Amino acid sequence: MRYEAAQAGTLESSDCLVTLAPSGEFSFEYRSGNGGLFAERTEAMVREILERYGTPCLRVQISDQGALEATLRARLEIALERALRKE
Amino acid sequence: MKPRRSMLYMPGNSPGMLQHAPVFGADSVLLDLEDAVAVAEKDAARRLVAHFLRVLDFGRVEVTVRINGADTPYFETDLEEIIPARPSAVRLPKCQSPGDVLRADALMTTIEERHGMEAGTVGIHAMLETARGLEHAFEIATASPRVKALTLGGQDLTADLGVQKTREGWELFYARGRVVMAARAAGIAAFDTVWTDVDDPEGLAAEAKQIVEMGFTGKAAIHPSQIPVIHEAFRPDPREFRRAWRIVTAAEEAERQGKGVLLVDGRMVDGPIVVRAQRLLDLGVLYGMEGDETA
Amino acid sequence: MRRAKMVRNAIGRFVPADVPGIGSFEPYAGAMAKIAERRERPRICAPLKATPPSRNKVAPDLKEAVRRSGLENGMTISFHHHFRNGDVLMSLVLATLDEMGFRDLTLAPSSLPDTADFVADYIRRGVVARLHTSGLRGEVGRAVSAGELEIPVVIRTHGGRARAVEEGSIAIDVAFMGAPACDVLGNFTGCIGKSACGALGYAQVDVRHARHVIALTDDLMDYPVRPRISVPQYLVDQVVVVDSLGDPTKIATGAVRITRNPVDLCVAKNAFDLVAASGLLAPGCSFQVGAGGASLAVAAFVREHLREKGIRGSFGLGGISGFMSGMLEEGLFNAMFDVQSFDSAVTGSMVRNPDHIEIDASWYANPLNKGCLVHNLDVVILAALEVDPEFHVNVMTGNDGVLRGASGGHADTAAGAKLAIVVAPSFRGGVPTIKDSVKTVITPGETVDAIVTERGICINPARTDLLEAALKANLPVKDITDLKKEVERLTGVPRPVEYDEDHIVAVVEYRDGTLLDTVCRTLRR
Repeated sequence: MRYEAAQAGTLESSDCLVTLAPSGEFSFEYRSGNGGLFAERTEAMVREILERYGTPCLRVQISDQGALEATLRARLEIALERALRKE
Repeated sequence: MKPRRSMLYMPGNSPGMLQHAPVFGADSVLLDLEDAVAVAEKDAARRLVAHFLRVLDFGRVEVTVRINGADTPYFETDLEEIIPARPSAVRLPKCQSPGDVLRADALMTTIEERHGMEAGTVGIHAMLETARGLEHAFEIATASPRVKALTLGGQDLTADLGVQKTREGWELFYARGRVVMAARAAGIAAFDTVWTDVDDPEGLAAEAKQIVEMGFTGKAAIHPSQIPVIHEAFRPDPREFRRAWRIVTAAEEAERQGKGVLLVDGRMVDGPIVVRAQRLLDLGVLYGMEGDETA
Repeated sequence: MRRAKMVRNAIGRFVPADVPGIGSFEPYAGAMAKIAERRERPRICAPLKATPPSRNKVAPDLKEAVRRSGLENGMTISFHHHFRNGDVLMSLVLATLDEMGFRDLTLAPSSLPDTADFVADYIRRGVVARLHTSGLRGEVGRAVSAGELEIPVVIRTHGGRARAVEEGSIAIDVAFMGAPACDVLGNFTGCIGKSACGALGYAQVDVRHARHVIALTDDLMDYPVRPRISVPQYLVDQVVVVDSLGDPTKIATGAVRITRNPVDLCVAKNAFDLVAASGLLAPGCSFQVGAGGASLAVAAFVREHLREKGIRGSFGLGGISGFMSGMLEEGLFNAMFDVQSFDSAVTGSMVRNPDHIEIDASWYANPLNKGCLVHNLDVVILAALEVDPEFHVNVMTGNDGVLRGASGGHADTAAGAKLAIVVAPSFRGGVPTIKDSVKTVITPGETVDAIVTERGICINPARTDLLEAALKANLPVKDITDLKKEVERLTGVPRPVEYDEDHIVAVVEYRDGTLLDTVCRTLRR
């Protein structure tokens, strides 16, 4: 499977912007106004979802505007599906 | 049937709103995947709504999802993702004929079976927003037992009719009557269209009063501030409420004693009146009314 | 300071018995403990100082006025915060003092507005060595939280500061008082003038207790200032004319609007329903709300209710917004007691309406005087950054543990009011509001009767009467730990903030002078 760069979400309050880019290895960049209160949780969630989609090698950037976990999951899943669809 | 006076529209791709969907005091909410969502975001809204349906505690609030029409490429995927998340119903936009309902019904049954759900778990609210759809109102209402409500889409309908929506709403008078009639005949709920001017609660109050008098069971809202206005329009008259209480009490008593003829306040009362009285009682409870003679 | 001898107070928090450079403190012993002592305490007053008959107190410039004041290194200077985010006076004075070579000063303003970032520089340059304040935000909050001030900041409530000034815990050497409309002998007021700010309740305390008072104005008026004199000439040593006290558009902002945020409105509606259920909105009632968000929105529901039922209340209190003065004008209250005005609509009301009464901070909230107004309150609606199952409230430290709030009248009004309701959304920016234990206690739970969110109403178990009334009115009452769990199902549980527990950067003084809590240095991750 090949993945292209893709995005999902917005920079509105309570949302998040997920940006994916193909990469040789997994990397994760997390920006949040909450002083990283949810940094570990979000990284674990990202790894789990990437695992499920069978694509551990991606550069994942999340700009968190105060999103709930449900929102983060939905945005990441769609970003992954958009990245795949572009092939 | 639990009263559903208000149905609050919420845009399906807006997590800031969705995360609070249960709290605004509406009897039901409508998470919208159709008009409120841009074409490029259909996939994202669908997934977001599916997740929130699973994690939010809606309590007593009924949840429905407006999916995209059968004539769009999103229709099937919408159902595929939304049905397993078990909303109370999906709203089908632009229903033109019983065939539209039957097609959705069949697809929903397949999806429900695939996910180990009982067939018919998720209901259908059929949205009538074209002249043709209105002319088929009763057939649509009775096309499947899944159909739990008819809803009037006023904006598209006025466009279809080539007329302007006015404050008084005479252009919708016939359509409203038709929707109420068909829904009542089919024994299902009837929802009126939205009042689009959020800054005009007086206009909304007048329209809400009118549609309650016409027999609608509920009205859609596009902003939380409209909910109390709509609920106020449904508030039963206290005298009527007390009379309803006497009717229902007398009917229960008559049933226990096996009496056929029912007299309340010296007048004969029959089946439909008892049904209406029961509905009034259910409604009154929402306003803290009590069935006490002296209340 | 490094953690020294600590004692456990009545809410189980460890607080120092001595704060080097400040003095000794008793631990918090309960909201009414000091008041119940009913002790007579000495009060420190401004000295008498004969001034020869003269027609003019105007000093040639600020530097000369400072020289004449006798200010020395190590002394205490004060400011009022009535100009809020429009203030340029404090910055002007500190720059002058720095230039004149002053160091090691104690800065004791009634509060620091958002725009006081420059204070951090004066801390770094050694001009300011000690800080007493109600609010601590922005760059100053960050600098203090990072441990840049050796001596801990003392955070006080508005009533607590008045008490501290009156009893001499804060001994003001020179008070630099912004005076929007002032005459040559130092009579001044805030309700008119180029930089009009409304009430001057915090200034009125300082001028009565400071050793030396300098009134600074940008609008020198014909003698005498009228139509009102908020501070009389016999309390003022010198007058200095400056170009500008501040930005008038930020001093008196446009009318504060009722929020349209649906979640805030939902919180407000729940709070109002609880107020209504309590039965306190009766003729003669008294009422205070905060200036924004859900808190002010409750006032809108109260206004509707009083109108509808034809009820006339006794008084509204607090920082007064145009919304509240509007209620006065409508005749919904007999009087409006105003310690600090929030928008330009208020200034006019104060001039026109004799029932709009300017009050000083001691009258407002000093717990140890012969009767402050917060003790007569029926209902107060307050905000919160976070709360906990003990009903403790934090309005001081943010999610990252950094100082970014103000104690204000929060604890004063909560202690005084018959019904103190804290309103907050159940989560903000994905972070739950109800924590296991708040980071910083500003208002102790024993004085908080209910916490109201959009997802339910939590009633302090000590208030069985209120619980009963709420249940009878069919309100969405939830146990606070249940609501906490409900919200955490959506938000998850955030990682706790990490502090250097051995390094205290601020102490939180309760209104009666005892220590309620401490704030420690934050660790960067």
